[in-house]
Amino acid sequence: MELILSAAIGVLAASGIWLILRPRTYQVVIGLSLLSYAVNLFIFSMGRLRVDAPPVIDKIANPPVAAYTDPVPQALVLTAIVIGFAMTALFLVVLLASRGFTRTDHVDGRE
Amino acid sequence: MTPFLLLVVFLPFLASMLVLCVPARRGDLAGWLAGGVSFLLFLLNLAFFPAISGGTVLSHVVPWMPEYGLDLKLRMDGYSWLFATLITAIGMLVVAYARYYMSPNDPIPRFFALFLAFMGAMLGLVLAGNLILIAVFWEMTSIVSFLLIGYWHHSAAARDGARMALIMTGTGGLCLLVGLLIMGSIVGSYDLDVVLASGNVIREHPLYLTMLVLVLLGALTKSAQFPFHFWLPHAMAAPTPVSAFLHSATMVKAGVFLLTRFWPVLSGTPEWFWLLGLAGLATLVLGSWFAIFQQDIKGLLAYSTISHLGLIVVLLSLGSPLAAVAAIFHTANHATFKASLFMAAGIIDHETGTRDMRRLSGLFRALPYTATLAMVASAAMAGVPLLNGFISKEMFFAEAIETHQLNILDTLTPYLATLAGMFAVTYSLRFIQSVFFGPPATDLPKDPHEPARWMRAPIELLVLICLIIGIVPAYTIGPFLHLAVVSVLGTQTPEYSLSIWHGFNMPLVMSLVALVGGVVLHLILKNYLKTSPEGPPLIRRLEGQRIFERVLVAVSWKWARAVEAFAGTRRLQPQMRLLFGIAIAAVGVPLFLARFNPPDVTLRAADPVLAFVWLVGGGCAIAAAYQAKFHRLAALVLLGGAGLATCITFVWFSAPDLALTQFLVEIVTTVLILLGLRWLPKRFKSVNPAEENALNVRLRRLRDLVMAVFAGLGLAVLSYTVMTTPQGQTIADEFLKRAYPEGGGTNVVNVILVDFRSFDTLGEIGVLAIVALTVFALLLRFRPATDSLEKPEQQRIQNAFDSDHPDRDDGESATEYVFIPSVLMRWLFPVIGLFAAWLFFRGHDMPGGGFAAGIAMSIGFILQYMAGGTRWVEERLRIHPLRWAGIGLVLATATGLASWVFGYPFLTTYFQYLDLPYLGKIPAASALIFDLGVFSLVLGATVLILIALAHQSVRAPRAHARAQKRAAASANSAEAPEWN
Repeated sequence: MELILSAAIGVLAASGIWLILRPRTYQVVIGLSLLSYAVNLFIFSMGRLRVDAPPVIDKIANPPVAAYTDPVPQALVLTAIVIGFAMTALFLVVLLASRGFTRTDHVDGRE
Repeated sequence: MTPFLLLVVFLPFLASMLVLCVPARRGDLAGWLAGGVSFLLFLLNLAFFPAISGGTVLSHVVPWMPEYGLDLKLRMDGYSWLFATLITAIGMLVVAYARYYMSPNDPIPRFFALFLAFMGAMLGLVLAGNLILIAVFWEMTSIVSFLLIGYWHHSAAARDGARMALIMTGTGGLCLLVGLLIMGSIVGSYDLDVVLASGNVIREHPLYLTMLVLVLLGALTKSAQFPFHFWLPHAMAAPTPVSAFLHSATMVKAGVFLLTRFWPVLSGTPEWFWLLGLAGLATLVLGSWFAIFQQDIKGLLAYSTISHLGLIVVLLSLGSPLAAVAAIFHTANHATFKASLFMAAGIIDHETGTRDMRRLSGLFRALPYTATLAMVASAAMAGVPLLNGFISKEMFFAEAIETHQLNILDTLTPYLATLAGMFAVTYSLRFIQSVFFGPPATDLPKDPHEPARWMRAPIELLVLICLIIGIVPAYTIGPFLHLAVVSVLGTQTPEYSLSIWHGFNMPLVMSLVALVGGVVLHLILKNYLKTSPEGPPLIRRLEGQRIFERVLVAVSWKWARAVEAFAGTRRLQPQMRLLFGIAIAAVGVPLFLARFNPPDVTLRAADPVLAFVWLVGGGCAIAAAYQAKFHRLAALVLLGGAGLATCITFVWFSAPDLALTQFLVEIVTTVLILLGLRWLPKRFKSVNPAEENALNVRLRRLRDLVMAVFAGLGLAVLSYTVMTTPQGQTIADEFLKRAYPEGGGTNVVNVILVDFRSFDTLGEIGVLAIVALTVFALLLRFRPATDSLEKPEQQRIQNAFDSDHPDRDDGESATEYVFIPSVLMRWLFPVIGLFAAWLFFRGHDMPGGGFAAGIAMSIGFILQYMAGGTRWVEERLRIHPLRWAGIGLVLATATGLASWVFGYPFLTTYFQYLDLPYLGKIPAASALIFDLGVFSLVLGATVLILIALAHQSVRAPRAHARAQKRAAASANSAEAPEWN
């Protein structure tokens, strides 16, 4: 279980970083998205992996706190997802504007 | 009484703000306000005299940052009172003068606002009772002085002069700050009273010399002492009232003030004597020598100021209490006669239009009153008997003769003093003779007349003071001076006499020599000076300004460029490589050093389904990485695949909130990038296919691949290690325990977001709003690349089909092909709205919440755009995403502020259960309103981003057509003359 997820994080991060190092703006945008998946999963996994643990407090049965999933990484990742979207949007628009101004989609604005 | 000290310092700043609000054409009002406030301050200051006259020190402390030893401590003793009186009195007179001097075309309120701010800073400096506070006000005077020198910022001289003054005094100020910090740490307190009582501790400390050099650097740059003197003549580009007030009477005295203030604790050592003595004597002699050869009246006065400041510094350097008395006395005297001379110079400039002494001549006929006043003031400057300048100069000569230390400098002092006194006579005489006497000037830009009565009044008053002090010093300045002296010197206060006749003694002989020598020198130089160029002969080219500018160019241009060329790159790829390289090293090196052993890899409880999900997800990621260059759409689809796998993982590991949000964001991101793809060519063609497979390109790619694989592998090992290590106690338990009883919600993730850590969330949504606005602003000026301007391929095919078939209208296919989906999408709008509301309301107890609801609702809107097109939607719906986002931010902030009303810290939540008919018991926490703010902002920001991009397909072709029309029109008009 842990092995699968850590392999997944590794693959996502490697693909993302490779793309970020590429010269075309669109590659960088896609790369950043992939890298943010990896980072979100990484942060999420800091709370350890729990299958079938309740994420919402059970008022009636009231199990001990150790029975629940860790809410802190989840709260962190939740906002990170939204900010990640904002970042993608911003870079996409910068990409378009830069291509309009410089007539190229090289990250440096010239070939 | 003591709280009024705060008023003395802060009233000018408040008034400055007020004056800044006066409209530019109401300069008179600004003048009256500034004058009124200065007068009030003057009276207020006078009112303090009875309280301090007994030698008591008034102080008022407001704790500011007590843990750092920084308090807002204001302290008034006799010396600071004397200075405060000088500042307020001369300030008041200069305001009255400036009211007539300033032209109505200048932005007068700005002038008076800065003037008042300076007054506040200067009063703060002399009243500050804490070392750090002194440095704060010190910097403030430098900054306001910069702004005032650059007041006529259209003139290059003013800008350069302002910059030079700021760099010199600002650098000095930094040195002073460090020096004062060292001083504070030596004493163990920043309180001025404590510091002034610890003279022996300071002088015997090993860091004394370091501290002294730093403090002196601050004081000497401020008081324009050699070799830092050159900024002052360039500061004369300021309006003359500024020169009179800042650059002769007050600000340049700040250095001298500081030296006098710390005289009891710092002076008396050989280091003090040599450093200050050398600087002071050099300044005294060179300043007066240079002053003789200036052709600009203000330049002459500036060098004279430098020289007189040098005189005070020499007095302070001697380390004898009597010399310190003379220094304090001369500080006050110089302020009176120099301020009046600057004002007279301003009148001459104002009336004739020039300050060049080669052109000015015979003005006595036109300006008899001003001439008389200027002559008396110049006589005081030259040290003629029966004027105040004479008495303090005699005291200086007397001290110069005394032997304080047995060395060459001390022996030379009386000779150099006499020489400087002689030069002072020469330049004073030169100023009066060349401006007021001789044949009438012929080529003046203006016809001179006596100025307005009230423009002259301040000078009259100051000259009168010069005379009174000069004739009956003991009965006028005596008590005030004594109070100041006692408050500086304390028990060291010597016996001194302020009478004007001490018998026929050595100082009087020196004065006579100086007078006679000065007159003779003037007679020798008179004809040369009539036509000579600006500056002294022989060393004219050796200007501090040139050195300063060389250094400036070297540091801020040549060296900066060299460093940038050596260490910087403007290319993104090397920067990113460096970034990732550092990141890998930052994790890898410590782990390596700590002999990190990755845990054994075991396949525990692996579910084949999850393995399959990630087989697909990982495959998608790699494929996206491979396709992103040549097939953008494919890359986007593959990216979505990886996103879905992430989403399933969240569900798998009990994080429904994350899965929900990830899923919704995935949709929005895909739509967004699809909208963006419209403006990119369908398939990127290689720019240079031959280069594509060259060896160096391959090597580069291999390097990046190694780096990426290495980073990915590292991250995988790291996360595997963490995941297989037991977690132990975390703050999560606290959140879980408290979420329901204290936050009123069972969905802990949501309670953390909107309650426990709601301040973070407020920041997050703020970022979101900023990004949305940035996207909006960027797209306002968006010009798409020309190759993507034509209609997309699909639309072209559809339109071609329409035009081939006579029974079809143009554009019919384009609307028809999504007919059924678009009907569905329209009907989905209320459903999605309901879904979003459901997500929102259950958010506190069940997965959902403002973030998810906001994104869901924005999907509802974007679906309408897809179904009906931009125009169709905007004809039917009122879409104001900017407003929504704004309301959201206001709502979230207001919820936070509301808790202040009830006396709780920012963003404290309150909750209760409401029993509503039909709905039953529902939780009503103030966090719900906060979450509503989050919802509104997320909705607004997302819709704003999406719509701004969607609008481009309507706007961009229109803008392009306009641009082409304009280009065609201008081409026509350019060709027109040829046709005619």
